[in-house]
Amino acid sequence: MSGPGVLAAPGGRRALGETRHLLLTVAPGVLWLLIFLVLPGIYLMGVAFMTNGPYGQPQMPLTLDAFERLAGYGILGWSPANLYTLLRSLAQTLIATLLVVAISYPLAYHISTAKARWRPVMLLALVVPSWTNQVIRTFGWMNLLAPGTPLAGLAESLNLIPSNMGLYPSNIAVTLGLVYNFLPFMVLPLYAAFEKLDISQVEAAQDLYASPLRTFRHAVFPQTLPGLLAGVVLVAIPAFGMYVVSELLGGGKHMLLGNLVARQFGGGANWPLGAAGAILMLLATFAGLYVMRRLGRRLGGGDEVVI
Amino acid sequence: MSETSTASARPRQDLTNRAPAAARPEAAIALEGLHKRFGSDAVALDGVDLTIREGEFFTLLGPSGCGKTTLLRILAGLESPDAGRLTLGGRDITQVPAHQRSVNTVFQSYALFPHLSVRDNLAFGLRMQGVSKPERESRVAEIARFIQLGGLIERRVDQLSGGQRQRIALARALVCEPDVLLLDEPLSALDAGLRGQLQVELKRVQARLGMTFLFVTHDQQEAMVMSDRIAVLDGGSIQQVGSPKEIYERPANAFVARFMGHDNLFPILARDGVRLNTGLGALTVEPPEAELSETSDEDSLLLIRPETVDLRPLDQAGANCLPARVTDCLYRGSHAEYRLAVGDAELQAMINNRGRQLPSVGDRVCVSVAAEDLVTLADEGGT
Repeated sequence: MSGPGVLAAPGGRRALGETRHLLLTVAPGVLWLLIFLVLPGIYLMGVAFMTNGPYGQPQMPLTLDAFERLAGYGILGWSPANLYTLLRSLAQTLIATLLVVAISYPLAYHISTAKARWRPVMLLALVVPSWTNQVIRTFGWMNLLAPGTPLAGLAESLNLIPSNMGLYPSNIAVTLGLVYNFLPFMVLPLYAAFEKLDISQVEAAQDLYASPLRTFRHAVFPQTLPGLLAGVVLVAIPAFGMYVVSELLGGGKHMLLGNLVARQFGGGANWPLGAAGAILMLLATFAGLYVMRRLGRRLGGGDEVVI
Repeated sequence: MSETSTASARPRQDLTNRAPAAARPEAAIALEGLHKRFGSDAVALDGVDLTIREGEFFTLLGPSGCGKTTLLRILAGLESPDAGRLTLGGRDITQVPAHQRSVNTVFQSYALFPHLSVRDNLAFGLRMQGVSKPERESRVAEIARFIQLGGLIERRVDQLSGGQRQRIALARALVCEPDVLLLDEPLSALDAGLRGQLQVELKRVQARLGMTFLFVTHDQQEAMVMSDRIAVLDGGSIQQVGSPKEIYERPANAFVARFMGHDNLFPILARDGVRLNTGLGALTVEPPEAELSETSDEDSLLLIRPETVDLRPLDQAGANCLPARVTDCLYRGSHAEYRLAVGDAELQAMINNRGRQLPSVGDRVCVSVAAEDLVTLADEGGT
């Protein structure tokens, strides 16, 4: 999926040589995107409108079958399963992102105010886990949340879950997995924002009668907004398309859109449906990015925030 | 509206119609035994006692690292002292957090909010205090008129020049009508011309509002031009408090003297009442009575301000005259700067150009100083 791309608008007239120079420097990137994003995208688009063959392969004629299936209409009438999966993906993405933000703000602030020699150590401690494979780390969480573990025991003793059930597989386990996996992607851009925070603005707000909460709202938040938005993009987009965490910690019952899509290209064998799901994901992502961009403009006073 | 201004819970009154300074002689700020250290060994403030009167333009003057900014930040509530007490209008505010103090600051970096318009910057403090929107608007308009912001108020912060930002920062703090306005080297980032202009403007604003201004600077010229009183700081403690005239003409010690730009300091070798034996020769002083009784035993240096020196022909010698030879002369039009060899010592003199013949290099002259212009001072605090 596409990361944050800077959309620079070339304005004004340029000399011919400059234009050629620009084309030359941009060409490799454009070529890359063309081969690995645009062309597969077009192919996927085509597949989505084709008919599902007897062995799962796409074939003619062109239909809207895949989209109807995606919307829940099957041979047995309408089923809400796919709709639930979509809603679950959106909800998981939203909840996980909010949790990640809530954890990252104090964490990033804490790291940025720590003694200079401790900061690299703290950042390293944050990043090191992501050097191991995501599957292995998620297996780790399965062991932590399984029935009989201290965490599950604690949840049982608080009557949060029925006895001997364990915390996984569940929606909560998926949320935990998402938060755990994407935390560094929020902390790092926020930390960078805190690093260059103009403390005099914070002091000015305090000086001008702003309570601690309002100081954060009016002096800290606007300054860290670019970092926050970058972090949200880095967290929300991959979380929305997440496959591994929901497959393992959801136990197949709490699947997300990513799992639905993956299934169509694997065992389920319905390429047109999978392609339709992928296109839905892409559209949702673009819509999300558009909202973020508008939000950034409104909160950030116009410029600076570029997604 | 009435002039019943008190430090706390004062009623809203017309900004430009406050009581004149003389009518409110009570202490605006009192500091008692303030101590502050950073880390284990960096002493920022070492027992500061200071009283700042209501309505005065008070300046903290000192070199960088002397503790003046720390003192200001403690008053603003942005730092807390390790020991000591701080009262504002009679109320102890040592433990009161910054956002509850009726004190506002003009920051050195201006610290305007870049994501807000100039208008919203100006209204920020009022908004945080819960002032209603109509009143906010009228007060912002009032201050904009008073500081003559004109069309600036419609601009965005990033469209402003340094001088304009400075004035917005001033207006943003003034509109809150604090009991004390703190100014942290607000002019230091500006070029000389603009700086002089804003010095005059600041002084005018302070005089018209009758508000207590606490100004921090390292520039002694700026301090003298603007202040009613000056406190000179060094090494975290106050070296002298007084009017610009007192500080300049009667520095309490060698540090203050040097910081005010005086170089003509000579050790007093022996002393018999008002008669001194100095490195230059024998001189008679005429200190004020209080000074004589209190400090004469400790004073070990003699200050001769260059502008009090007169150069005469050798044959016109009188009291307090020392024979000297001109070693250097810089002609500056309105005056001339001399370097003179007096015995083994070097003396600087500034002679006004009144059209008469000025001595030239190599001439032998008589250095004449009036007894009342000589100042004896302590060596402590100097280098």
